[in-house]
Amino acid sequence: MRNIPLSIWPILVVFIVLSSIGDVLMSKAMTLIGDLGVVRREHGIAGAVGRVLGSGWFWLAISSMAGSFFTLLIALNRADLSFVVPASSSFSFILNTLAAKFYLRERVDARRWTAAGLVCVGVFLLTK
Amino acid sequence: MTFKKYLVLACLMVCATFGDFFLKLGMNRQPHIGMDHPLAVFGVLTDPWVILGVFTLICFFSCYIASLSWADLTFIMPATSFGYVLTAILSAVVLHEHVTVSRWAGIALITAGVGFVTRGPSHTEGKGGGKHAPIPDLHP
Repeated sequence: MRNIPLSIWPILVVFIVLSSIGDVLMSKAMTLIGDLGVVRREHGIAGAVGRVLGSGWFWLAISSMAGSFFTLLIALNRADLSFVVPASSSFSFILNTLAAKFYLRERVDARRWTAAGLVCVGVFLLTK
Repeated sequence: MTFKKYLVLACLMVCATFGDFFLKLGMNRQPHIGMDHPLAVFGVLTDPWVILGVFTLICFFSCYIASLSWADLTFIMPATSFGYVLTAILSAVVLHEHVTVSRWAGIALITAGVGFVTRGPSHTEGKGGGKHAPIPDLHP
């Protein structure tokens, strides 16, 4: 079955934006918390869980991810899994790369930009 | 990167792929959800496949936040991209969806492109966190 209705695109856009916001905020939360393995060794599992659950950034990320989850369910109800997942994930990848460079201040070098370009071409082929 | 960390990435990839796959199995059994009744989407949460999908995605999520605590977002996302290939195989073999040649090519390019990234460093030094970092303000 190949089924890519036009009505899927607005749903995908909402999913991609919510998903990217969730990813970026979650990355920010976990970067601030630090290596969970180290936190667990120093403060125990309860300490590590408490530190994650006590982060405001974590809950902002969760809210955004919950919104993206229900949007994904609607998208999966309307189009093929092999289209919805790679297409949305790949666009999210580009958005996340930009947000990681300009908001999270990650070192996004030529290698990572090249990867982003290849992903864009891959997405184009995927939607044909 | 230790073996344990690679294991976490592998779990992340497998759980993400199977989580989406189980959700799709569940959603295929549901009637069309129209935009006139968007809240109907909550009704699918009693479907066994959707429940299994949610459980698998919780496992994915645990691996995801653990990995984000020691690696960059721009490293984690591509490092798990091989899941696209698994998704395409599952879609073709189990769901009998039609995966065209161009889609396979797209999936291959995405995988090649993002796999590129995994050969670089996993973490931007001095970005924050880590063993000796002071406890930061964890609120927006």
